[in-house]
Amino acid sequence: MNAFWIILTGSLVATCCSLLGCFLILRRMAMVGDAISHAVLPGIVIAFMLTGSRDTIPMLIGAGLLGVLTTFLIEFFHRFARVQADAAIGVTFTWLFAIGIILISVFAGQVDLDQDCVLYGEIAYVPLDLIITEGGLSLGPRTVWMLSVVTLLIGAFVVLGYKELFLTTFDPAFAAAIGISTTLWYYLLMGAVSLTTVASFESVGSILVVAFLVAPPATAYLLTDDFKTMLGIAVGLGILASFAGYYLAVWMDGSIAGAIATVTGIEFLLAFLFSPTHGKLRRQKRVQVVGH
Amino acid sequence: MILQVDNPVVEVHDLTVSYDRKPVLWGIDLTLPAGALVGVIGPNGAGKSTLIKAMMNLLPVSSGYVRIFDQPLKQVYSRISYVPQRESVDWDFPASVFDVVLMGRYGQLGLFKRPRKADKDAAMEALEKVGMQSFANRQISQLSGGQQQRVFLARALAQNADVYFMDEPFAGVDIATETAIIQLLRLMRDQGKTVIVVHHDLQSASEYFDWVVLLNMRLVASGPTEQVLNQELLEQTYGGKLTVLSKVGDLLRKQEFPAREKN
Repeated sequence: MNAFWIILTGSLVATCCSLLGCFLILRRMAMVGDAISHAVLPGIVIAFMLTGSRDTIPMLIGAGLLGVLTTFLIEFFHRFARVQADAAIGVTFTWLFAIGIILISVFAGQVDLDQDCVLYGEIAYVPLDLIITEGGLSLGPRTVWMLSVVTLLIGAFVVLGYKELFLTTFDPAFAAAIGISTTLWYYLLMGAVSLTTVASFESVGSILVVAFLVAPPATAYLLTDDFKTMLGIAVGLGILASFAGYYLAVWMDGSIAGAIATVTGIEFLLAFLFSPTHGKLRRQKRVQVVGH
Repeated sequence: MILQVDNPVVEVHDLTVSYDRKPVLWGIDLTLPAGALVGVIGPNGAGKSTLIKAMMNLLPVSSGYVRIFDQPLKQVYSRISYVPQRESVDWDFPASVFDVVLMGRYGQLGLFKRPRKADKDAAMEALEKVGMQSFANRQISQLSGGQQQRVFLARALAQNADVYFMDEPFAGVDIATETAIIQLLRLMRDQGKTVIVVHHDLQSASEYFDWVVLLNMRLVASGPTEQVLNQELLEQTYGGKLTVLSKVGDLLRKQEFPAREKN
């Protein structure tokens, strides 16, 4: 049963992250997920200090607010200070993460938190934190419930907003000219990334979140020329990585999150080499054929 | 020579646009008539693209306003279409030709609505008009420059708007595509649409457009082509450079060389 809950958790995170990641990489903003997952640290610490408890809801609110602030600051520095988008991302998230670290170290005695938990999370503990009714019935892990709700929200967002997200990603100027607000959809997408990151990093850690945001979409990009297919393949690859990564970790007796992230990397490498359209080996063969 | 018209389709009043507090367009006052094929002409850096982007509210303006069909832009989005410069998008994007043309219908569809059969028919019809129907399922990265331009044009056509803004639609396309595009633009004008085109080639301008706007940060001239395209106004637009340009142009015309710029 533990294996089931862990793989389910991984698959839910993979689904949300892969869907949003497809839009991020095509907007050349893949590292925004990285930024948000680090920058939420001060929000978590502040939420903890204000409420004095480790309840999920205040922490999610604190982290979510910081996530939105991060995307706002990135856009602000990029647009008004006119630094490059990647520089704006780098400055913003290292700064906010550093503030989080200072807050933790200054209030070390009172805060039952550490940076490692934010960076690496621990997916293996997911099955331990169960929701148990008053009758003593176990409803399954709390994390799985939370992530299921988030996955439904993200899925609905991508389905209902598909054409606006697609258009504002491909050609923002045309979108604006026909009256579709690029700013609105930018912040909606970033809000969705914040929500996903914040809801998942506690269980899987920010490194795996970043891996899921970038690797499956990048792999799917190599495998297809159709955007809807790309969304589907990315989700499939993410879920596959959760399964394969879990059993790899069990076999090696190592970190589950680490193994899952490794599998996403291997998937990318395989697609890079063997993709029917973009694969390096395929292309070499074709060149040889032409040469003869 | 700046001619103002009654009942203009596009009305620009005292428009100033700046980048980083440096003005690139100064006090533009301009009216454009309905059913005209309008060329916006001027040297590099004259603010031609900036002008049409400002007309569509794609850029923040420092002062002035734009009205289209005597209404603020927000109320007439569905009647306006835009053909951006080809280089403005990533052509490696995972999308088919049909996907891109269908985007022309998104504005009318509204939130949460999926394209219906009527929308798909309109997109296919637009592709036929530009002679690209057999490319509908082609991935956009496999298109040539001229084909990319036709796809962008088809997307604007699918929208069935009344005013079209086009940013350098003839840049870097082959002569067959250029001819096809200009024929299409004339057809649109004959149907009463207004087409505003940023153009950099003086030679073809007199042949292509009924109305010409000469621009070099300030508005130099706006009026019917035959009244505007004269030595004096062109010199005001291009400065001293034009004397050289016009001599080269005369020389080429005498020898009947094609004088079009090809990228």
